[in-house]
Amino acid sequence: MYRYDEFDHRLVQERVAQFRDQVARHLAGSLSEEEFRPLRLMNGLYLQLHAYMLRVAIPYGTLSSRQMHRLAEIAKRFDRGYGHFTTRQNIQYNWPRLKDVPDILAELADVEMHAIQTSGNCIRNITADPFAGVAADEVEDPRITAELLRQWSTLHPEFSFLPRKFKIAVTGSAHDRAAIKVHDIGLRLVRSPAGEIGYEVCVGGGQGRTPMIAQVIREFLSKDALLPYLEAIMRVYNLFGRRDNKYKARIKILVHEIGVAAMRDAVETEFARLDVAAIAADQDEVARIAGYFAPPVYEQLPKDSSTLRTARAQDGAFHRWVETNVGAHKVPGYTIVTVSLKPIGGVPGDATANQMHVLADLADRFSLDELRATIEQNIVLPNVKADDLPALYVELVAAGLSTANVGLITDIISCPGLDYCSLATARSIPIAQALSQRFADAERQRAIGPLAIKISGCINACGHHHVGHIGILGLEKAGEEYYQITLGGDPTETAAVGERLGPGLSAEATIDAIERLVEVYLARRQSGESFIAAYRRLGHDAFKEAFDAAA
Amino acid sequence: MPLLDATGAITDRWVRLTDDTPLPRAGAVILSVARLKAEFDQLPSHGLLLFGVEIVPEVCVDTLTPWLQRLDLIAIPFKSFTDGRGFSIARQLRLAGFAGELRAVGPLIADQFAYLKSCGFDTVQLDAATFGRQPSDQWLAALSAFSGLYQRSYGGPLNILAARRAARAKAADVSERAAAE
Amino acid sequence: MVKAPAPRILTANDLLEGDVLFLGHDGWVRDYRAARVATTASEAAEIEVLGLAAKDARLIIDPYLVDVALEADGTPAPVRFRERLRTLGPTVRPDLGKQAERRS
Repeated sequence: MYRYDEFDHRLVQERVAQFRDQVARHLAGSLSEEEFRPLRLMNGLYLQLHAYMLRVAIPYGTLSSRQMHRLAEIAKRFDRGYGHFTTRQNIQYNWPRLKDVPDILAELADVEMHAIQTSGNCIRNITADPFAGVAADEVEDPRITAELLRQWSTLHPEFSFLPRKFKIAVTGSAHDRAAIKVHDIGLRLVRSPAGEIGYEVCVGGGQGRTPMIAQVIREFLSKDALLPYLEAIMRVYNLFGRRDNKYKARIKILVHEIGVAAMRDAVETEFARLDVAAIAADQDEVARIAGYFAPPVYEQLPKDSSTLRTARAQDGAFHRWVETNVGAHKVPGYTIVTVSLKPIGGVPGDATANQMHVLADLADRFSLDELRATIEQNIVLPNVKADDLPALYVELVAAGLSTANVGLITDIISCPGLDYCSLATARSIPIAQALSQRFADAERQRAIGPLAIKISGCINACGHHHVGHIGILGLEKAGEEYYQITLGGDPTETAAVGERLGPGLSAEATIDAIERLVEVYLARRQSGESFIAAYRRLGHDAFKEAFDAAA
Repeated sequence: MPLLDATGAITDRWVRLTDDTPLPRAGAVILSVARLKAEFDQLPSHGLLLFGVEIVPEVCVDTLTPWLQRLDLIAIPFKSFTDGRGFSIARQLRLAGFAGELRAVGPLIADQFAYLKSCGFDTVQLDAATFGRQPSDQWLAALSAFSGLYQRSYGGPLNILAARRAARAKAADVSERAAAE
Repeated sequence: MVKAPAPRILTANDLLEGDVLFLGHDGWVRDYRAARVATTASEAAEIEVLGLAAKDARLIIDPYLVDVALEADGTPAPVRFRERLRTLGPTVRPDLGKQAERRS
């Protein structure tokens, strides 16, 4: 993974000093509240319902053991002993004090971390496939691109006061685990017919109150043109994105209003003006960054691990955990482990400081010192030898991190909702907990198979409910929380926005309704057919009938 | 209204003329876009008068191209410090070859000074209230808050990618010489 | 007849600490039950002005009025669920927030 050089170190340290000075100047009256607010947002500091919230960047979801240990220490020292992993591969602390934040940022800078641009009307954390570097279906490790873009977007002089936030995601595989189609810019690494690696560039995806799937603006962009081309897109957006209405200020609205052809013309016109060679990162710099993502030294191991086979035969719980949480690695004898942060009845995505320390230790012992945070709010250990899985599992069990539900119905994505967030219209976590408990039975979960439920506590859709196989949106009416269900959402390369099922329901009725929908699926599915495949075959109305009948 | 450049507060030699005020014989005058467009062909070229224009953020920079050679100043207003269009307008004007003074006008904050300079601005014209809260020393301090920036082809402090390249070249040079010994 | 406005209190967050505050009779309090209640429109305007002054003085941020219902003894209780949550803490973590502080 990337390691800071002297320039990276200096920049984050200068950033800490800048923020410390900004806090002091605000307290002294030099910066008004209106002036200070965007500055603190650009350091990831929100005001929430009960307290401040600090969103720390985990660039493209990759972190080291040492960094995870530091995140745990920050939770213990400055917060209430836990953190929340988010749907954009960041971590959030819910109880920091403004007076402590400069010190927290200094602790982060010390381990090559920061909270730069995790909020505000600027370019946010560049997210990427959590299986980057270890997935067999990869054209190229997307984190090289993501790190290049992280640096390029950091403290960008021209693009730090955009009409609205800007989110970029990168995938290196045709199978998109980074949800690029619902990002402002989505990049997919592809091979040209001549064999050259470049990018398919999509723009104008997004969720929120007007969900849209991104459209292709450039089928093939050569690598050296990446930074100038993105500069052109950002400039067009910065100049022409709406500033009159906060809810119509994302680039997706611009693309929708002028059409992708006009958008393409504007971008290509601007791009044609640019001196590509003067703007692009030179080949040596790209190679320098790429060097950090060279594969670690793997042992030469047989494809089949007898240790694993034996352990699976002996321990049913371990066997089930391997089935759900362990995936194939491109190197024989190794695996990709997804640690579920969705214990039955727990808060999705939350981890205690102690659990974070355990994960850091396990990464050090079993995963070549690396972890990933996923947009499903889980943690990946990307380099675990199959032989080590039994020993790893024992440690996970001891730390309460062994829930065998990755990708299953209880692997629920949920935003913090009204329990924490001042933007929310309803609570989301209690719905996640109730659903988790309703479907707790392990056999039933496995029978249902892959089913992604995503819950948002308001129309801003931070829970990504629009792209849930089952999406739930929490709203408020006459002082009561009620929930709308959507079906058929998909964040992958077959991206789709879920379709609304009907009017909103109470919390209790929502849980019952979800169960009914699952029963429709189980009754009508063909052999081996996943929920989303059955939904596409049977159609929305098949499920709507059952929903309406019971209402 | 207070005017700042990279040295601090400076006196303003430019005068913003209303559309109906006759041009003075000498000096430096800023005109509106409408007036510049209407009178461009009749502007005196004796050299005693310098011309500038105050645009609007909705401007299409291409429409200014015919005038760029003749202008010594372009004033770019910022409706609020969070309306970042002016940064892109400045960048486009520099890319189009404008070599005169670029002046940012509006309620900007000191923390933006380095970004303004990197995008090509020379001066900032503030309202008195903002300047009262954020005097020159804060603006100058903001210029040196960061010793390097990642983005190539923007002005400003050290470019990190260029510095890395130079460091690589130096290291290659050193190792070459060591190998030769 | 014009309906009397709902009684209101003023809430905000402490600038440095970040936690929830209410305007009391003599400064800011952390317990909503001790908040100063505005029963008329002009009194509500008055406490709003006090809130803005405290914001300008950089003691608090984001002050706003909250509708309350009055108990028999005059203690205010926020009406909206969201505002009740601000007096409690996350419902999914009863060990955190004001609800926990009150119990300890």
